[in-house]
Amino acid sequence: MKKALKVVGLALGLVASASSFAQEKLKVGFVYVSPTGEAGWTYNHDQARLSLEEAFPGVVKTTFVENVAEGADAERVITQLAKSGHELIFTTSFGYMNPTIKVAKRFPNVKFEHATGYKRADNVGTYFDRIYEARYLTGVVAGYMSKTDVVGYIGAFPIPEVVRGINAFALGVRSVKPNAKVKVVWVNTWFDPAKEREAANSLIDQKADVITFHTDSPAPVQAAQEAGIYAIGYHSDMSEYGEKAHLTAAVHNWKGFYKKRVEQVLAGTWKSEDVWQGFAGGMTELAPFSPAVPAEVVSKVEALKTKIIAGEFHPFSGPLKNQAGELILKSGEVMSDEALLGMNYYVEGVDGKLK
Amino acid sequence: MDIDLITNILYAAIRTGTPLLLVALGEMICEKSGVLNLGQEGMMLLGAVAGFIAVYHTDSFMLGFVIAALSGVLASLIFAFVALNLNATQVATGLALTIFGTGLSAFIGSDYEGKTIEALPTIGFEILQNIPLIGKALFAQDAMVYFSWFMVIGCYIFFRAHRAGLAVRAAGENPDVGSNLGLPVMKIRYLAVMFGGAMAGLAGGYLSIAYTPLWTENMTAGKGWIALALVVFASWRIERVMLGAYLFGFASIMHLFAQGLGISISSNLLAILPYAATLIVLVVLSRNSEKLKLFEPVALGKPWHKTR
Amino acid sequence: MLKIEARAQPSKHWAYFSPILAVVLTLITGAILFSSLGQNPVEALYIFFISPIEDWYGISELLVKCIPILLCAYGLSLCYRASVWNIGAEGQLLMGGLIGSAMALQFVHSDSIWAMPLTLLAGILGGAAWAGIAAFLKLKMNSNEILVTIMLNYIALNLLVWAVHGPLKDPQGFNFPESALFAQSTILPVLFEGTRLHLGLVFVLLALAIIWVFVSKTFIGFQIRVLGMDKAAAKMAGFSQNKLSALVLLVCGGLAGLAGASEVSGPIGQLVPSISPGYGYAAIIVAFLGRLHPLGITLAGLLMALIFMGGEMAQISLALPSAITGIFQGLILFYLLSSDVLIRYRIKIKLPPINSVKKRVYPTQTEAQ
Repeated sequence: MKKALKVVGLALGLVASASSFAQEKLKVGFVYVSPTGEAGWTYNHDQARLSLEEAFPGVVKTTFVENVAEGADAERVITQLAKSGHELIFTTSFGYMNPTIKVAKRFPNVKFEHATGYKRADNVGTYFDRIYEARYLTGVVAGYMSKTDVVGYIGAFPIPEVVRGINAFALGVRSVKPNAKVKVVWVNTWFDPAKEREAANSLIDQKADVITFHTDSPAPVQAAQEAGIYAIGYHSDMSEYGEKAHLTAAVHNWKGFYKKRVEQVLAGTWKSEDVWQGFAGGMTELAPFSPAVPAEVVSKVEALKTKIIAGEFHPFSGPLKNQAGELILKSGEVMSDEALLGMNYYVEGVDGKLK
Repeated sequence: MDIDLITNILYAAIRTGTPLLLVALGEMICEKSGVLNLGQEGMMLLGAVAGFIAVYHTDSFMLGFVIAALSGVLASLIFAFVALNLNATQVATGLALTIFGTGLSAFIGSDYEGKTIEALPTIGFEILQNIPLIGKALFAQDAMVYFSWFMVIGCYIFFRAHRAGLAVRAAGENPDVGSNLGLPVMKIRYLAVMFGGAMAGLAGGYLSIAYTPLWTENMTAGKGWIALALVVFASWRIERVMLGAYLFGFASIMHLFAQGLGISISSNLLAILPYAATLIVLVVLSRNSEKLKLFEPVALGKPWHKTR
Repeated sequence: MLKIEARAQPSKHWAYFSPILAVVLTLITGAILFSSLGQNPVEALYIFFISPIEDWYGISELLVKCIPILLCAYGLSLCYRASVWNIGAEGQLLMGGLIGSAMALQFVHSDSIWAMPLTLLAGILGGAAWAGIAAFLKLKMNSNEILVTIMLNYIALNLLVWAVHGPLKDPQGFNFPESALFAQSTILPVLFEGTRLHLGLVFVLLALAIIWVFVSKTFIGFQIRVLGMDKAAAKMAGFSQNKLSALVLLVCGGLAGLAGASEVSGPIGQLVPSISPGYGYAAIIVAFLGRLHPLGITLAGLLMALIFMGGEMAQISLALPSAITGIFQGLILFYLLSSDVLIRYRIKIKLPPINSVKKRVYPTQTEAQ
């Protein structure tokens, strides 16, 4: 009996050691908050991960752990990745901020990149895209396309990232239709297709004829298609979920950034940075316009985009009023990144209360 | 609030309540026979993924729903074997089915994530659907909504007017006596569990084929639990299951409508509304304990095995 | 034909062997599953079941993961022994975390020695109060506790989300939904350097001992058992069913609340929206899997946590999807539950006699009534 156990143990040990020094590739780890399949946030990061495998064949090996809850589990998973020889680890959700910082302290030689957070360390960089630039432009499109002057916005949770998007969108809408209203419905979940759809329907029933969303499923686009109104996608091009409805989408693109960071690690030049880039850095994009958007609107939006890239235009430029009509940004001023980061109020033209 | 809006709210409440009605109806029949199956969430997800895949490849809604129901039945058979034949704890077996079904459906469906299909069309009845307020809610729904009503009526007749309905109740009230009288208790319970599985599968299929025509992991988002609560809420009465499902559907869309109507309560607190409403209605309904006890299957959840 | 036959006495023998049988069956099924996915089955099983705990750090993490599950499961086992169908450990845990955090945030800039005990106490009270609502509605309003506790789970979750977006939000946190980091004085001490294993383990061991003694040696424990087995007998013997139901609910709520408070002041160190990935639900299975016995629950909890961690290792080392975790948990649960049949029943293989025609007698309507 003892002998048999020994043999089994030996066999298991051999297998384990064989797998542990199989390759000398750079191991890059990803921690995802949801499954990779959904069409939203995680899907986008996973597409960028896959592009790394293609860009560095035989040099880079990527690993991901999906569905990692933003509680006590996160620290364990990040530690496990660091322990198992991953030299660069992307933690792709806000709730991983403190766990990432904690693990980074214990693994000073491992590089960490945390998406959407604000805490950094020598081996922890942060990154996010200025998706509000795209939100503003899609707002402009929505403003042109809306006939009822009511546009709908489905929000997940009232956090600055989402509120910033709503405000940018509203500013875009009202740059075209100064009297238009943006109606907001919060669903209190990042991902629940049924609820997102119910929210979309509730907006449509309240006369919204263009809707967009800051949640993770394409259900609102489907709802718009069925109701015969327009929708603006988020995260990625969602036109396949509603060809007639989908006007364009505010899109994240992490591919370039991930590639650059991996190159830097390979070259030994990686440094902790606070990366917040938009159209100019290629992190934020607009999905192709649908034929329903008139050519002159497309050209106007493209022109605005060029101005944003050139730094000649900022969506949050004064004069800017909040919901109560108080001036929050004087004419000629541009909002600071710090103010953008902590945004917790609606601008004029957004309907409903933010609490 | 204008009349169009109310019309639309009623319409949406019924659509939202339909998956709950389907799965709760199945669970109620299952519980009537004395079996408590907590695996609805797992069966729904398996139904959702299988139904979606079927429609994706064949474009046949009919086939999609049949496959969805069959997957629910297959899943329920695992439960039935472990819980009924092997007499394992029903609560734990049901929960095991939920975990297993959630994992398996995610695994099966991984290649279908993000794919999309045409949604189940609605069938409108001329003239009737133009009745103010209720016309759209009652006569412009999709086929599954009408099917759910058909099932409600069918179950009602089954229990009120059919001998087999009595047999199911006997199995849930006192299986020993029923068995002594010659009732095939085991067979009845098996059939009831399978019916529950079929209805859960259909409810899942309704979500992935009609409600939000796409498949995503864990897309039921806790509807199975709500259905379980609804059965208790309804104190095992069919008409109340229907009422409860629509009430819950109504409350859960009202918290979204209320935001648009400019009610200034935090959306997080508004999200409590459907749960609190269900709870309050239950408390009001259940004050009279004697009447309530009349409907709860006495042998619910208790393993039973034929002794002779 | 497979026939099962009740044993006169539950088999002691199979009480120990059935879990082993279940594990063997799971390993066989797992090996088949992994082979069909193109993995080396031995290696895959090693990674899934051994590699998470092959070093001290792994074992410490396993225990960290177990702490909240076990605290909830011990409490639930009391409820289930008394036939009180509490599904609400999750909500009770969340309320414990919420109220505990509200207390902890009073001590953000303090090194008072009261910070930690008061946080834990607040958590216990929060959980117990939440269970108390269920107890009140059950006893005074005749409301079914299954429904009440499920609804209270959702309400607790939304309250927590509201608090973390509102009153308990970190004022310096750029309006992100999380509280300030708790002060060091609030954080549960780590028991072993270099791990995250915290004081919560001691609570688990205490709870284990107390519940064990409580259930097997005390009169109240006896009452609970009688109540669970036979309500009529309990009534005859003059036990107060109401008092006992309330007691088990409050104890369970308190333990779940302690679990919540220990999570926020332990490995998390602040209040975040997702303090529990469903510990309270996992605990229901763990309680039943452990046959409602404190020791069995402890083993079941360790097993559940191991599969969670194994699923993560399988993703990291084998690039398998996270869905594999659920499949494995489901499988092992089914096998365990099925194997337990051998404790109470004998399996007999009987061949049906040829040409047997069974006569079935259906009762008429009046007979059935």
